[in-house]
Amino acid sequence: MTVSTPLVELRNVSKVYPATVKGAPDVTAIDDVSISIDAGDVYGIIGYSGAGKSTLVRLVNVLERSTAGQILIDGRDVAQLPERELRPVRLGIGMIFQQFNLLNSRTVARNVAYPLEVAGREKAERTKRVAEMLDFVGLADKAGAYPDQLSGGQKQRVGIARALASSPALLLADEATSALDPETTHEVLELLKRVNREFGVTIIVITHEMDVIQTLATKVAVMDQGRIIERGDVFDVFSNPQQAASARFVSTVVKGLPSKPELEVLRARHTGRIVTLAFRSDTVDQTQVFGELSRDGIAFQVVYGGINEIQGRPFGHLTLALTGDDTTIDAALDRVRALTTVTEVR
Amino acid sequence: MDGLIDLLPQLWVAAWETLYIVGLTLLLGGFGGLLVGLGLYLTRAGSILSNRAVFGVLNVLVNTIRPIPFIIFLAAVQPLTRAVVGTGIGNNAMIFTIALAAMFAMARIVEQNLLTVTPGVIEAARSVGAGPVRIIFTVLLPEALGPLILGYTFIFVALVDMSAVAGYVGGGGLGAFALLYGWRQFDPVVTWAAVLLIVIFVQVVQFLGNRLARKALRR
Repeated sequence: MTVSTPLVELRNVSKVYPATVKGAPDVTAIDDVSISIDAGDVYGIIGYSGAGKSTLVRLVNVLERSTAGQILIDGRDVAQLPERELRPVRLGIGMIFQQFNLLNSRTVARNVAYPLEVAGREKAERTKRVAEMLDFVGLADKAGAYPDQLSGGQKQRVGIARALASSPALLLADEATSALDPETTHEVLELLKRVNREFGVTIIVITHEMDVIQTLATKVAVMDQGRIIERGDVFDVFSNPQQAASARFVSTVVKGLPSKPELEVLRARHTGRIVTLAFRSDTVDQTQVFGELSRDGIAFQVVYGGINEIQGRPFGHLTLALTGDDTTIDAALDRVRALTTVTEVR
Repeated sequence: MDGLIDLLPQLWVAAWETLYIVGLTLLLGGFGGLLVGLGLYLTRAGSILSNRAVFGVLNVLVNTIRPIPFIIFLAAVQPLTRAVVGTGIGNNAMIFTIALAAMFAMARIVEQNLLTVTPGVIEAARSVGAGPVRIIFTVLLPEALGPLILGYTFIFVALVDMSAVAGYVGGGGLGAFALLYGWRQFDPVVTWAAVLLIVIFVQVVQFLGNRLARKALRR
């Protein structure tokens, strides 16, 4: 493995807003966050509203100033750069928004051309690049339309074309699909995947929707109250969340674990012992697990469960009702514990 | 009616003077108002050039001058008018005074129209590296153009109103005409003729303003 500089690195970054009312405490929006994002990553940052995600992403292109820490873009600390020196940095970082933020006074083509005008590119080059970008997002026929003549999904595709016009290495997506219906969301996410695959653009995705992370991201960080409470490969966080808040997000898209009331229903319906087994395709062999259980004549019934797939790797949970001799079941469960995580509901 | 026919040459001169006064004050006051309005917008808290001191001064200035009834304002700033124009009476003195009053009235309208531009659009421009000057000319003014045109149309009517007071301080125009030949000569027909012309001016300008604004808004 080669050691390379991460494209984006935040080191102990904080953002504190001074109190708006005299005597009230200052508001810490970002609390000592360190994060490292490699070129080519699609890095998801998830959290409830108010967790600090939008602020965090605005610290990266310094639309907002951090109050402590370093923000390294390609190894260079931009946190304290004066506004004028930030402009070329920002040209290398595209951004798309929940509300699209297109210029209503400009046509689609002139919206996409805007960053190129700011960059001082020649007219001929701008025209060529705008045509390429509109082609890429599938809106070549809308070049002369105005934003208010477009649907939400089309507006966001214009937003993506605009964000990529100046060929940035990094794209910041701030709740880019939160104002869209599920089908349009899917289209936009597929487009963002292509952006990452075909142009090699690194993407930071801010969202409160776990399915966005599931579809798009390769790595994820979970934010809560200005801190990153958990991070890792999407598969790991989804299949085995360590924090309660992460587990809640995971449970919005991953079905398979019964909730408390559901457990009570199961408890009432089945006389045997209720256990939940975790399965991960790469570490747990289902045949072996079920072999251990059936060996001593334990009767089992699957009463709840689900298998999910993240990045082509299946994982899931199955809840079983076991009936038979207690000591035999205990012995069998002990052998199963060696293979996977077992949770028994009493 | 015969009185009016005899006065027709004076009526045309007065109408021309009104257009002259209103046109020049719209230009000068409108431009001044645009600058002060932009100043208010850009320096307010959270804006791209936020500056509490500058905003405070502009805000107090606008709030102080705007509510003064124009005829009192006219008298109150006469020393300043004399210093700048050289005289406190006549058309040029009027133009200076009206433009000054219009500037502060227009400043508020400009500020309010700029506030209708979504902050997100400005953020998007900043995110691609646009600086404040570029944002003013490529985002703020174009995005607010429709409402701004309507704002200037609105102030045009106020300018016609203010210019009518010109008659009191030796300025010309339809206001002076109506006072001098209509009101003081007890000839309502003459007064109505002046009123009719003013109504026509306002109608034409409002029509043009609406059309331009609609074009800017593409609705």
